Amino acid sequence: MSNQQNMEERLWSYLDGVCSGEERLFIDQLIATNLEWKTKYQELLELQDLLSHRLELDEPSMRFTQNIMEAISKHQIAPAAKSYFNKRIIWGIAGFFICTIIGFLIAGLAQINWSAASADSSTGINLNKIDFSKFYNSTYTTVFMMVNVILGLVLLDMFLRRPKTEVRGKK
Amino acid sequence: MQTGPGDNEIIHKVLQGEQAQYALLVNRYQNFVFTIALRYTPNREDAEEIAQDVFVKAYRSLADFRGESKFSTWLYTIVTTTCITFLRKKKIPIHSLDNEQVFEIADNQNSAFRANQVEQKSKVQVLNDALRLLSVDDARIITLFYQAEQSLEEIGRIIGVDPNTAKVKLHRARQRLKEKMEKHFSEEVKDMVG
Repeated sequence: MSNQQNMEERLWSYLDGVCSGEERLFIDQLIATNLEWKTKYQELLELQDLLSHRLELDEPSMRFTQNIMEAISKHQIAPAAKSYFNKRIIWGIAGFFICTIIGFLIAGLAQINWSAASADSSTGINLNKIDFSKFYNSTYTTVFMMVNVILGLVLLDMFLRRPKTEVRGKK
Repeated sequence: MQTGPGDNEIIHKVLQGEQAQYALLVNRYQNFVFTIALRYTPNREDAEEIAQDVFVKAYRSLADFRGESKFSTWLYTIVTTTCITFLRKKKIPIHSLDNEQVFEIADNQNSAFRANQVEQKSKVQVLNDALRLLSVDDARIITLFYQAEQSLEEIGRIIGVDPNTAKVKLHRARQRLKEKMEKHFSEEVKDMVG
């Protein structure tokens, strides 16, 4: 069964013209010398011919084109997606989030007592024992983060507003 | 064979505001779009509604066609998504490739069909009837390859798989089509060969 399937698969590739030159020559030879291959080839060729030349397309109603032209007369072509997906905005948002993450990491790492950690290195790092709340609980850190977030949002707002202002200016 | 101005030329004119030129594209592809839609739903009215929706959507999104692929490939991608959305809205189940139930349903349909069958079938009739017994996925891939003349790469793009997977799917679809023809139309197939 698997031999049969393999034969069909190779013959279909041969008929579709997607097999390599070497494979093509090999199959040419098999069709010429092996009766089983020849019979299967003729069977598939018959089906291929039917599918390629005899399959009919269905036709919609006579008014089809007219209906569509009437329908599109009420519509307008939407502007291309790339015209309203401003890359600067996407990069601006990505930059903001990257900066925020880096800011949080720096603020967190800055508060770790590295000397204490290295002294206790023989025990290895146990993530369950780390009290993350200690890293972010100072007023200074909170203020720093808030300023960062506000600056980020202002920046984002500037990016979002710029194209609109430019369009209005052109008008 | 395509005659008259090329698709890209027509699209350029439509984008320049010559809306009437769009009728050329509709005339050129309406049968292909309608036939693919009919693979999803046997109801001609539904298929026509889908096909209309496809052309309206394509018109509205025409500015997004960048010419990186053939217009037909881009259009058939819209057909696929529109058909799936339509069937979901109508709550008609979309049968997957390996769903054995599809074949059971098809076999039952065929038994009823055969009971009323009196006339001798032509090759084309046998082929079209066998095609109707296939699952949506199988019928669609055969239609795209043979009728819509899409390459394996283009079919891959339309149905969202790589070209190699498209090749395997096409191979399986043809195998199942052959099985259907042999199982349900063996007498007619014998007559054709003989």
